[in-house]
Amino acid sequence: MVAAAIAATVALPLVVVFASWRHPAVEVWSHLWRTQLLELLVNTLLLAGGVGAGTLALGAGLAWLVVAYEFPGRRLFEWALILPLAMPAYVIGFAFLALFDFAGPLQTALRRVGGAGVTLPELRSGGGVVAMMTLVFYPYVYVLARVAFREHGRAALEVARSLGHSPRRAFVTVILPLARPSLVAGTALAMMEALADFGTVSIFGYRTLTEAVYRVWTGMFDRVAATQVASVLVLLVFAVLALEGALRGRRRFTLGGRATPLPRVVLTGARAAWAAAACGAVLLLAFVLPVVELVVWARQAPAGQLAVRGFGGLVASTFLLAAASALLVATLALVLAYARRLRPSRTAGIAVQFSSMGYALPGAVIAVGVLGPVAWVDHALAALTHGVLGSPLGLVLTGSAAAVLFAYVVRFLAVGYQATEAALGRIPPSLDEAARSLGVTMRGALRRVHLPLMRGGILSALVLIWVETIKELPATLLLRPFGLKTLAIEVWERTSESLWAEAALPALAIVGVGLVPLLLGSRIDGGRH
Amino acid sequence: MMLLLLLATLAGVAGLPATAAADEVVIYSARHYGQEPAFEAFTKATGIQIKMLNGDAGQIFERLKAEGDKTPADLLLTVDAGNLWNAARAGLLAPVSSAELARNIPAHLRDPEDRWFGLTLRARTIVYNPKKVTPAELSTYEALGDPKWKSRLCLRTSSYIYNQSMLATFIRRHGEPRTEEIVRGWVANQPTLINGDTKILESIAAGQCDVGLTNSYYLARILKKEPGAPLALFWANQQTTGTHVNVSGAGVTAHAKNRANAVKLLEFLSGLPAQQMFADTSLEFPANPRAEVNAIVKAWGPFKQDELNVAAAGEFQAAATRLADRVGYK
Repeated sequence: MVAAAIAATVALPLVVVFASWRHPAVEVWSHLWRTQLLELLVNTLLLAGGVGAGTLALGAGLAWLVVAYEFPGRRLFEWALILPLAMPAYVIGFAFLALFDFAGPLQTALRRVGGAGVTLPELRSGGGVVAMMTLVFYPYVYVLARVAFREHGRAALEVARSLGHSPRRAFVTVILPLARPSLVAGTALAMMEALADFGTVSIFGYRTLTEAVYRVWTGMFDRVAATQVASVLVLLVFAVLALEGALRGRRRFTLGGRATPLPRVVLTGARAAWAAAACGAVLLLAFVLPVVELVVWARQAPAGQLAVRGFGGLVASTFLLAAASALLVATLALVLAYARRLRPSRTAGIAVQFSSMGYALPGAVIAVGVLGPVAWVDHALAALTHGVLGSPLGLVLTGSAAAVLFAYVVRFLAVGYQATEAALGRIPPSLDEAARSLGVTMRGALRRVHLPLMRGGILSALVLIWVETIKELPATLLLRPFGLKTLAIEVWERTSESLWAEAALPALAIVGVGLVPLLLGSRIDGGRH
Repeated sequence: MMLLLLLATLAGVAGLPATAAADEVVIYSARHYGQEPAFEAFTKATGIQIKMLNGDAGQIFERLKAEGDKTPADLLLTVDAGNLWNAARAGLLAPVSSAELARNIPAHLRDPEDRWFGLTLRARTIVYNPKKVTPAELSTYEALGDPKWKSRLCLRTSSYIYNQSMLATFIRRHGEPRTEEIVRGWVANQPTLINGDTKILESIAAGQCDVGLTNSYYLARILKKEPGAPLALFWANQQTTGTHVNVSGAGVTAHAKNRANAVKLLEFLSGLPAQQMFADTSLEFPANPRAEVNAIVKAWGPFKQDELNVAAAGEFQAAATRLADRVGYK
């Protein structure tokens, strides 16, 4: 019951989005069809596919490397490889353009040495966008895969070894399939985030459905048509997830026994150097370079920027919102995932899946979807109080922190749910049955059996939602009360005016605030071993 | 434990916003830069506090709409005449009849029905690299379609609102067929599409392209930092229609609770002291022709602006976006 109520409330903004189809914008659609729809679809699919493949390969590969092997710097890389997640995609995009563009320092130097004809491949292309997003979204896969590899690792490896498999074969034939739910969850998150992205595709001039959403909205002043275009994104993601579900079928991916850490294979010589170099290269591109560029910009900013009024307040409110969002979303996700485990029905599964689709929608669309029901409640309340008390109530929810948090739930439930469900799925149902047969209640089983086993998964969920919230812009911007401002808004106010030097400091602060749970998480997590 | 933590942070979040003030004016703003000094001067002169909420134009309209008669906003401030036109069309703004505003703001920079007023002016014109191009080679927007500019032109994408507004005024001025011809000329020259006026200027300075179209204040900002940058401004269409201009401006909301204060602020912002501050902070042109422009901007000399009412930017925006799609201007 509780779960159903949560799912229904969270699905409300999505229903609003689909309700835009009451008046199909035939004219806009036929215009799009005649001019660009095919290109938009192809570009969107290429983007999602490219980011999906890229993040899966990079995330799973790096996770396996740090879980199964020992090499110089491994302990540092293990947590540092999560860092790129704290980097908003459009910030890394802009930093790369600044560094590698025609007018950037590298190409300028190349021309000086090699003559006017020397150029690098154009970053403003499909490949460039995929590369940018892969670099900052792979940690979704990495975080979830690492937990899965670690928890399954040893038992799986022993099984495989006993069958006479080499470690590499064991990875491919046993461990990868076992980690499938986690890999799928991470990849799905990365793809949804790529689909919903507007900032990066806009800077790179790459036309996707999401870019078209804004084009129709602001260029044709037609928000209804724009919302309809956005709803196509939800259908795309729904189709992909349904396909995966069908392929996965009824197979379950659990393993008995207590999770024991994998004995690491110690790499030496060239192989150790390669492993360290691979981790180092990713970290350099996805984190170090953009941070250095931000520092360079920050130093160019007019003096006195460091003493921006209320900078501490900005950090504090960002921090507070992120903490509240992480705890709220993770709790709701856990309730939903557990309810689904207790009563596995197809309808419930689809309902929950649908309610978490907000993640695939451009943030501004979902923010307006939240605004509708929230304002409706306010107006209804006002009418009610006017009738009963004689004086109407003002706006209670619209422009309140509650509305902002509601929007976070709608946007990030997918993140919490995917991470939690993957963790829950690794616990064999036989444990539930054993607990029940010992007379433990449902809630007791959750507390005493599942939660301790899900520790890694829940921690990942908290970290991911935390970082997402810090980077969140459109919903916070639209629904916030007066006086509430986050670092992301501060960055946006400046970058929307092309003032990148002035935006660099708050952007660095975003990375800093994002680091907190990453460090904390790795600490708590590390303490277990 | 988790629940407790959650409750604690929720309580913290609920305590975040601070409200209440007696004599105030509340602004929803989609313009985020350069107005602060003028606002401070207003509060100093009148004692009226300014409360502002920044947002994205398209989204903040939705909030205003959803809040309806309960909105706390008294004034809507935004860039781009098309946005102002759209807000007026949606019934979000109420007319203001003020002799002072009529005197300060030229007729073509405000709504014919007085629901919004331009406050600052931005010219979108030709910028070139003086090492590669002489001013004699330049004349009009239309002439950038000349084959001699093949692969030498840098443009922003057509998703950019100032380009849409520019094309919209072209449609008003020349009609769709002629505008389509102009844009086809640009597209045939295979322009490098770069999203960011500052980026375009950097590309021109670095030699990636020789000419481009940008808003004047972006150039002014670069020249302020680097006076020697190889960038020069050319006033387009001086012998013909005049250079295209757009505004940032404001209007009083339909359900303003502090309407008198909002009107007072509008009038103040159109006056000489505030206009001077706008000119110096954001390096735009003041909408009030009696105010002085900043020295950097002054160096470009006086120019003839296109005196079509800027409302055309909104009226023909959708048509402009479709036109760009038709001719393959991405």
